[in-house]
Parts: sequence; structure tokens; C-alpha cells
Amino acid sequence: MSRSVDPSFRALPLDRLADAALSAAGRAGVAHAEVRVERTRVGHTSARDGRLESDSDGIRAGLSVRVLHEGTWGFAATSGISVDHAAAAAAEALEVARISAALSTERVELAPEPVHIAEWVSSFEINPYEVPATERAEVLIDWTARLTADRRVDHADASVTTVQEDKFYADSAGTRTTQERVRLHPAVTAVAVDTGRGTFETMRTLAPPVGRGWEYVRGRGWDWDAELESLPELLAEKLTAPTMDAGRYDVVIDPSNLWLTIHESVGHATELDRALGYEAAYAGTSFATFDRLGALRYGSAIMHVTGDRTVEHGLATVGYDDEGVQGQAWDLVRDGVLVGYQLNRAMAARQGLGRSNGCAYADSPLRVPLQRMANVSLQPAAGGPSTEELIAAAGDGLYIVGDRSWSIDMQRYNFQFTGQRFYRIRGGRLAGQVRDLAYQGVTTEFWGSMEAVGGPATFVLGGAFNCGKGQPGQVAAVSHGCPSALFRQVRILNTNDEAGR
Amino acid sequence: MTPVSGVGPQELVERGLAAARGDGCVIVVEESTEANLRWANNTLTTNGVARSRTVTAVSVAGRSAGVVTRQGVATVAEMEDLVAESETAARAAVPAEDAAPLIGGDATSGDWDAPLDRADIGIFAAFAPDLGASLERAARSDQLLYGFADYELTTTFLATSAGSRHRFDQPTGHVEINAKSGDMGRSAWVGRSTATFRDLDMESVHDDLERRLEWARRTVHLDAGRYDTVLPPSAVADLMIPLYWASGARAAADGRTVFSRPGGGTRVGERLTDAALTLRSDPVAPGVGCAPFVTARSSGPSSSVFDNGAPTRPTSWISNGVLGALMQTRYSADLTGLPYTPFIDNLVLDAADPGGDTNHLVAATDRGLLLTCLWYIREVDPTNLLLTGLSRDGVYLVERGEVTAAVNNFRFNESPLDLLRRADAVGTTERTLPREWSDWFTRTAMPPMRVRDFNMSSVSQAS
Repeated sequence: MSRSVDPSFRALPLDRLADAALSAAGRAGVAHAEVRVERTRVGHTSARDGRLESDSDGIRAGLSVRVLHEGTWGFAATSGISVDHAAAAAAEALEVARISAALSTERVELAPEPVHIAEWVSSFEINPYEVPATERAEVLIDWTARLTADRRVDHADASVTTVQEDKFYADSAGTRTTQERVRLHPAVTAVAVDTGRGTFETMRTLAPPVGRGWEYVRGRGWDWDAELESLPELLAEKLTAPTMDAGRYDVVIDPSNLWLTIHESVGHATELDRALGYEAAYAGTSFATFDRLGALRYGSAIMHVTGDRTVEHGLATVGYDDEGVQGQAWDLVRDGVLVGYQLNRAMAARQGLGRSNGCAYADSPLRVPLQRMANVSLQPAAGGPSTEELIAAAGDGLYIVGDRSWSIDMQRYNFQFTGQRFYRIRGGRLAGQVRDLAYQGVTTEFWGSMEAVGGPATFVLGGAFNCGKGQPGQVAAVSHGCPSALFRQVRILNTNDEAGR
Repeated sequence: MTPVSGVGPQELVERGLAAARGDGCVIVVEESTEANLRWANNTLTTNGVARSRTVTAVSVAGRSAGVVTRQGVATVAEMEDLVAESETAARAAVPAEDAAPLIGGDATSGDWDAPLDRADIGIFAAFAPDLGASLERAARSDQLLYGFADYELTTTFLATSAGSRHRFDQPTGHVEINAKSGDMGRSAWVGRSTATFRDLDMESVHDDLERRLEWARRTVHLDAGRYDTVLPPSAVADLMIPLYWASGARAAADGRTVFSRPGGGTRVGERLTDAALTLRSDPVAPGVGCAPFVTARSSGPSSSVFDNGAPTRPTSWISNGVLGALMQTRYSADLTGLPYTPFIDNLVLDAADPGGDTNHLVAATDRGLLLTCLWYIREVDPTNLLLTGLSRDGVYLVERGEVTAAVNNFRFNESPLDLLRRADAVGTTERTLPREWSDWFTRTAMPPMRVRDFNMSSVSQAS
């Protein structure tokens, strides 16, 4: 179904706001100016043990003006949306640029981009704000009640976050884009408490957050009934599963876990702002420094990672980014070698890379756009193996499903991840769950140990709503697709050993 | 710049309550202004000023709540629309498990009618030239500076239809500076909180950074393993905040946290450590003061919109080593039979018998490590609150009471509860900026601490 941007957003005086800000900036003689007007509606509902826990509905709205004056940025934003606010924000952005000029030794220039006049809407069927208000709560209450009706489940939580993001962008070159994106993230966790042993375990759904509408909750793109039905048995098995010795093991990693490893060890490491040091004091830098572009051996020769802002249902998919650059797709790692970065217009110009690939994003009208992550995905092998065939190839090892805990150092070398469930592989077949495990690695060693990637049938588009970066902190949603994959001799930790138990 | 609106927040609140037709109403108006500067490679990278008004209306219909938050509400008509929207939501809503009478008229605080103060880029009038001088000094010394200066002034107005009125003005400011040697091989970090940006001595901050870079002239490789480790206050804060966040009473009573008692109930009253350590929150704690009332824009495991306006009082979460309280809503307090001790937006750890600053702990250490700060801390195992994370921007070898070299970074796996048990020296509590969590939690006062056998699980190549 072809949709258009929410009429209530279109009803704002968008062109008049843009004219007011851009003409004020133009009179001051700036080289470049841009205006964003945004309205983002976020709903969060949660249920616990068959009862409503929380239900809230919020809108972040406002406008911002960013000017490039004599090579220095200036940014001002307000939650007030009026022509007067727009003109005042332009004047204040100019004042900020003037004060900042004394601290700037580099002159910012922008990579060229064609002028776009466009409207774009993401791919969804049912706007979550067009379904009856009580359906959100009733679905979650039902899901948790179904779980706690099983004697193996002591508690259950369910939540859904829904987002409708409307953005208008206009710049002094003439680009004017109006866009709407819809995304949502439902999640359910079952808890078993073993009062005798004084411990507990949890099992969470693997359903990823997606750039879809409410149809996802109703079963389009995910079989909720089947996954909820499977949780009590999976949880009961995990609670009584044996632990296992730390050591080196061959592992098959399911897309439901591997997406997060891609996010941390490839997605962030190929952000050019990190490689150039712009995040050095906060999110960190990258081992994949610019001088190694085209030369760094990132992983084994079968490693092919793409960046894109175009995949259907992707959380970082846009028509145009927050600098007016059209969404694109490109290679980051090809044949195991670093061949690309994620860019914005200033960095593309500074490094002589030509056109930006469109990774500018601001999480609110009150924040400056940063280079944020595209959908970064590991490509499957055409005609590649099934997950069962990868498990058979592992012979003796582990199969890791579902993400849980994650951590990586500030240059993206050393990481540690846990999972929802670890299965022992013996004789090429699954031999039940084991528990209390984590995997640790060094990025290039880990990707270098990737022996096989699964075929397209194993590919799943996973992702997260909560990727943090920048100061002031910003949060972005991003998708990562990947197949199942086989890695040799990965370091497995026993978390009880780590805790000194 | 044009004010955000012509109608003041106090009037909006009263007109919103006057328009309310339901069984109860809470209005929260938050007025915020912010200014920031960010730099990297010795030059400014981003900046900004932002002003916002965020209004939340909670309407009650029977045992149901409608919770609606909107930004930029500028007129009385928009305020009345917002209240009506929350009433519509409340009438349609499923009953809320945490439903309770709204907080009444005896709960008031703050100077409701005082005019609003606002921040702009001028807050950096004194700081910016000092920063410029520091950037030039770094360039002359073959150093690279990276950092961030942020100032935010938030005023919260909270009113309930039961008569409660609160106002709180919260200035929050901090500067963080990371210095690296020109070859990127050595790195140091300093963070400071400030409410004014007029009390920062940038020259002494830079001296401190240079001293740490000098320490790193000599480097020694150490393997993973367990080391006696001196944690400065920032690192202690970053480890205590996850403990605080994990202290929800409801989840503990459900049997699903480290504070659950085997067999049922919570561990309140149980001794957690033999050390005489107290972990507490206090809205009027010196230097880390925060709102003395509850603000809840949504309900959750440890918050309830029905509790808006409830006064907060000094609370000892851990009292001389004994678990004293867990984070409560009135609903969870009723379920658990424990006192109502809501979340408070600051955290203080202190020892009964404190022993000097970080330098004193170093001087009293025969062989061990000194950390600068921690990073990417995440929960590995909720049953024992095992956390993982990394050292960052300077790990130093201490020998015979002196720093003798810099060593490589490490990944650690540790539980903050185990650290409290294994602390063998605890210094004097001071105001500190948590490096990892400062986006969400800045008001902490912590002591430096030396911990026996800190588990450095693996080496990180990051420098």
C-alpha cells in the first residue's frame, strides 16, 4: 500500500519555517544553511504477569537550524515550531558559529549532493497509532498470561515500543525532503525461579525490532504464537542445563546473535568519524584507521559486509539523510578486506572521497546530525549451507542463539558477548543446552576464523533500537542482516569462573 | 532568542489542572536550556544550543491512567488539548496495577513563582578562551585534545490535582578532556563537574593530563590475571550505578535479581560486606543535590505515575555493609511490606573510616594497578550482578607506592558486590563524574578504593 506523510505533520507551515530560517541565514552571508523540523511519536507499553505495567505516549517535536559560516558550524534548536522560532534559531546558530570560530583550526567543507525535492515513506502497512488504543495493552497482557499459565514459567514481561518519525529537511542549495518512518520493537521475556537452589534464568524472544507497522505484532514477518509457545520448554531446559569448561571451541552463531557482533565489531569500526578521532573522548576510535582503507585484512576471504540505507524494513533505512543526501548501498568489507566507510558530507569532502554515502542522522530536532550507522550486514553465500549443515561441519562445538550481554573496547578490538542460549554440538548435531557461557574475541582474529557463511535461507535482518553515540548522547535504531556462520576455535568463557564462583 | 512561548510554565500548569475533568490529574512541565561545545584533534567539531519545553499530563479514570507527553506546548489551548488527550487515553485504558491516590497538598517544595533562568552559549564566555589556550598548548606539545563541555539547566514544575506543588531548578554541567600523544600511543582522561563553568582551572586540568601522559613514557606489558587494583572515584561510581539500577524491590521480591532471597522475599537486612560502607542517596547531599520529589513520566518496575510529587528522603541502600533498602514504588512497597524508598537522582558511597585520596591509596600500595576509568560496562549475569567492561585512557603499574609505568588495557569481569567485599582500603568520598554513565547519571560522590584480586579477564589492544 502506498502511503503518504501524516497530514497533520504536512499541515505544519514547513516551507514558511524553512524560508524564514534560510533567508535569515542567507542575509548573514553563510555558505550553507539547513533547517530540520521533526515530530517523533514514541509509545511504550509493558505488561507483567498478565497485568498492565505501563502505557505512555510521547511526542518530541521542534526545529533546528545549522549554519556553516566561514568554515565553522553553528547549531541552534528549539521545541517551539513557529516562523519566529525559526528566524531566531537561525540568528542564534550564527552566534554559536561566531563564538566557535576562535576554537576551530579546520575549515569545514561539504561534499556535493544533487538537489532533491521529494517525499518518502518507509514500508509499513498499519500505522501503530491507527489501531485501537487498548490493543497494545491487551496483546501484551495476553502474551504474558499465556506464558505464566505454564507451570515452568514464574514471571513474564512483555513490552512494545512504537515510533513514528516525521522529518522535514530544507537547505540553502534548494533540497526539501519530507519523510516518515515507522518502526517497532516488541519483546517478551519468560523467567523461571528455582527457589530451592536460589537462582533464576530468563529466556527472551528472538524477534528483532523492525521497520514495519503494527502488522508485525499481528504476525506479519514473525510467528509470535510459535515463539511464545516454545519459550517455556527452552527456559526449563536452560535452568537445568549443565555448565561447561572454558576453552577454545568451534562455534556456529545464529543470526539472532551474530547481528550484534557485526554491529559492534564492524558497524562501529567502519564509521569514519571514529576512525578520524571525532569520538575519541567518548564512543572511541577504530583500529580500522583511514590509512588502511583498501589494505586491512578484516576477516577471511568469504567476508562480505555492506552498508545500506535502502533495505526494506531496515531501521536505518531512509529516503534521504539529515544532510539531504539520498540513501545508498555500498561495500564496507569485500573479500575480507576493508574497502569502505560510513560517511557524512564534511568527512567525504575532507578525505577526498567524493559524494557522501548518506549516514547523517540526528535523533531529535534538538540535536546536531552526526555520522550514524547505516544498516551494516554480512552477506550470505549464494547456494551456501543451511544452519544444520554448518552445525554438522562444526562437528564438536557450540551453537549460539539470541543476543544478550555485549561489550567491546574503544578501538573495537576486544569484545565479549553472551547469548540467550548456547547448545552443545557433538558429532555434528545439537546435544542440548549448556549454560553460564560467554564468547570473547579480537575483531580481526574472530572474523579471520570465519570458515563458512550460510546461504540466503539462513539470512535474518536483526537490529537494535538503542545504539548510542555522540555528545550530547544520541540514540539511533539500526538493522543488521546476516546468515548463520561457522567460526573456528573461538575463546569461550565460563561466567561462573569469571565471577570467582 | 525568542522565548519558547508567551505563556509561562506556572500558568500552563494551573490552566491544565483547571481543565481536568477526570478522577485526578498530574501535570509536569520541564523547561530546559542547553549549550555545548565538542572538540577533537585540537579543533572544535560540533556545538549547539537547544531550548525545550516538555509537558506530561497524567489523567486518572477509576484505576486507569492516561499518560501523554508533548514537546513545545505553547498556548493554553494546546495545554487543554493535552489534558483532554490524556483523559481520553485514561478512559480507554486497561486498569493499572500500580493505581493509588495522587500525592496531596502537604507535599510541596521550591519557589514556585520565581522567574525562569535560561542558559545560552554565553555560559562558555570564560571557559572558551581557556579551552582555546589549552588547544594551543596541546598543539605546541605534540598532543591531541578531544573533549566535550556541556551545560544544561532544567526546571521542573510538578502539580497534582490533590494539591501538591513542586518546583526544582537543576543545573548540570561537566567537561571531559582526553589527551593523546601525537603518535596516539598514550592516552589520559580527566572529567570535572561544574554548575557554572566559571570554577574550572583549565591549566591545572591540563597539568593533570600531562602528568598522566608522562607516566606513560615507560610502558610494561602485563598479562590477564587478578591484580590488586586502585579504583579512582570515577571508576567506583561507574561500578556502583549498575548496582543501584539493579536494586528494584519488585524484581527482587519476584526472585529475579541478586537481591532476591533464596526461598522467597528480598535480602533487605542481610549483610553484604564486612566493610563499613554505606551507599546512599540524599536529595540535599552537598554538591550533588537533586529534586526532593518523585517525577515519573511513565510507570515501570521501579516507577509509578501515581507517585508523582511524593517527597524523597535520605535513603541508605546499603548501611554499614547491610542491605538497607531497595528502590520502590508505593505499589511495590505494599507488595514487599518494606518502606517506600523511591529512586533518588544521586548516589553517594562512603566509608565509616575513610583514608585519604587516590594518591594516598597509591602511596600505600606495594604492587598493583591504578585505573583511570572504565568503559562499556554491561551486565553478564544478573544472578550475581557480574559485570564486564574495559579499562580506558590509562592503566598504571604501582610499585612500592609509586606509579612506575603505564600498562596495557584490560577487559574485566567483576560484580560490584564482590568489590565491596574485597575492598581492602577505602579513601575519602569526593564529588566525581562517572565516565561511563554520565549521559544518564551524573550526581555521584565516591571514594577511591583498592580491591584485592580484581579480575582482569583478558588484554585489550586498545590504547
